[in-house]
Amino acid sequence: MYELTGVTKTYRKNGTRINALQDVDLSIAEGEFLAIQGPTGQGKSTLLQLLGALDRPTSGSVVFEGRDMATMPEGRLTDLRAGSFGFVFQTFNLIPTLTAQENVETALVPRGVGGSDRRARARAALADVGLGDRAAHLPSELSGGEQQRVAIARALVHDPKVVLADEPTGNLDEGTRDEIIGLLESLWADRRQSLVIVTHDTGIARRAPRRAWIHEGRLSTRDPSDLVPIEPGDSTEG
Amino acid sequence: MFFTYVARMLRRRRRQAVVVALGLALGIGLVVTVSAMSAGVRTAQDTVLHSLYGVATDVTVTQAAGGGSGGPARFGLNPRNEAQQGKSFSRDDVLQTPGLGTISQDQVSKVSDLSGVSAASGGLTLISIHAEGTFPDFGGSGSVSGQARSAPTATPSVAPIKVTSYSISGVDVTNSAVGAITPSQVTSGRYFTATETNSKVAVVDAGYAKQHELKVGSTITIGGTKYSVIGIATSAAGGQASNVYIPLARAQKLAGLTGKVNRIYVKASSASAIAAVKSEIQKALPKATVTTADDLAAQVSGSLASASSLASRLGTWLSVAALIAAFAVASLLTMSAVGRRIREFGTLKALGWRSRRVVGQVMGEAVVQGILGGVLGIGVGVGGAFLVSKLAPTLKATIGATGNSGPGPVGQALAAASNTVTVPLTAPLSASLFALAIGLALAGGILAGTLGGWRAARLRPAEALRRVE
Repeated sequence: MYELTGVTKTYRKNGTRINALQDVDLSIAEGEFLAIQGPTGQGKSTLLQLLGALDRPTSGSVVFEGRDMATMPEGRLTDLRAGSFGFVFQTFNLIPTLTAQENVETALVPRGVGGSDRRARARAALADVGLGDRAAHLPSELSGGEQQRVAIARALVHDPKVVLADEPTGNLDEGTRDEIIGLLESLWADRRQSLVIVTHDTGIARRAPRRAWIHEGRLSTRDPSDLVPIEPGDSTEG
Repeated sequence: MFFTYVARMLRRRRRQAVVVALGLALGIGLVVTVSAMSAGVRTAQDTVLHSLYGVATDVTVTQAAGGGSGGPARFGLNPRNEAQQGKSFSRDDVLQTPGLGTISQDQVSKVSDLSGVSAASGGLTLISIHAEGTFPDFGGSGSVSGQARSAPTATPSVAPIKVTSYSISGVDVTNSAVGAITPSQVTSGRYFTATETNSKVAVVDAGYAKQHELKVGSTITIGGTKYSVIGIATSAAGGQASNVYIPLARAQKLAGLTGKVNRIYVKASSASAIAAVKSEIQKALPKATVTTADDLAAQVSGSLASASSLASRLGTWLSVAALIAAFAVASLLTMSAVGRRIREFGTLKALGWRSRRVVGQVMGEAVVQGILGGVLGIGVGVGGAFLVSKLAPTLKATIGATGNSGPGPVGQALAAASNTVTVPLTAPLSASLFALAIGLALAGGILAGTLGGWRAARLRPAEALRRVE
């Protein structure tokens, strides 16, 4: 489904060049659940944005279903976002002035889904995440876990091929964290849509059948913690 | 979804929407008020021009008083002998309008024969002055024989003299198409008939009639002769309008000016012919002063001219400044609001919303705020116009000073009776003003929306999502 080759992403911040991603190669199969793990600021979110057609690489190719998104026109990228990808953000990113149902509907607007069909599908998506009775509530009237459920419903309502989740449990307490990751897992198991989660949380990453690690912009299929030398203090005690 | 989103935004971000709408409302309200005031000033100017000029008249012809003619009015108010000192007196005198020379009546037909002239008639404007009081008393009955008279006292004893005046126009009753008054101005009673060339009949100005309790059928004494009031007319307010209108021949007899007029009223065949008619008349009557409505408008002075100048200069600039300020406030507030919603728009773009849809959403919100501002602005404007109509002082217009009318109370009365018109300032509102307000509001909304939308759309989704709110 995805084939990333030699992907590099460079930013300029305050005149300094920052290499967010360096020479990343990655393949993701259709229906795969992949967790990309790494500490904050190592390039996880940048990689997810490239996978979701939210940005373009500085060099390299990001091929999705045979087409390179690095060179695709902006309109085509917009169409891909509207049809093929569903996003779940760490900070939920719900529209604060819209109700839960209207927030879910926003994902169907670019697909041109008409009023009554749109409302029905949004209600069904909310029911799937267990929020059928909270459809008329504003985000400010919902708990963090409920808001993330609304965001998951929004990511799934248009039946995308890939769900991309950026630290989906980063703003939640431990109990809610398990609840949300459980929900994502079960939805993935039911629908078999590709699911890519980036997280700094090893506990979350371990839930994925396949894991990759990112460190200083470089992607690895081996856990870098395995390579960390044992601290001298530890060795004397051990 | 578009309308739901706009409605939710306006409802849940009410304070921001109200601030933007109020900013626009103040600017638009000021524009409506100033425009209404300008319209009021224009109406006042038209009223003045009509009243000074005659409803149907396009051009008037006058001639400046020649040397030795006219001069200060003389009433012989100094006591001729000591016996009159301290005695009361009452006198009437009919004088020609100061500053105006006479023109032979033959010239009227000469003017009416000129090309481009549709009608011309002669008129004679006069002032009737009534003076009453007590002859001055210089005190004592000093001897006049031989010795020098005792010096006059340091404080001269000026006896109280009451002077009242009214203006009279002699009207060519055989030509009702143009003149100091036309049949359309008569509101009750009737106009002169063509046979009343020498009849003792008068048409009286409505204001003067009210003041002196005159009605159709009343009699009025002019120069010792009684005239029957046959009609009451409006618009007689100043200079060329008079208090009383009588047949021309009677006016000529009153002033001892048989065969003379002091104004020729000319109607041009069309508005575009006025300038040509003016130059034709100037050629035919080189000594005459030929005045058109445009000339008259330029001569209007006094508070009306100040208001007109204020409305056209300061008013316009004030409106423009207020409007720019309102648009700037609306645009800046909208842009700042968009700035706070960058992540929201980044999310929408991540969901596959095209930039134009995001811009449309921002613009929709701004336009609704603009319309709200326009409606509030109309309210502010209506309030402002109402206040102007209620509180604004009456405007005075003075037209082309005619020179010295003579000193003292008689001169003042002559001057006052001649060329000043008082018009109340109004601020009329019209559908076109409301349309202007809504148009401006939409323009403000679209401007604010375009700037805000452009800001929202130009960011790439990844960049927008990285923004910290």
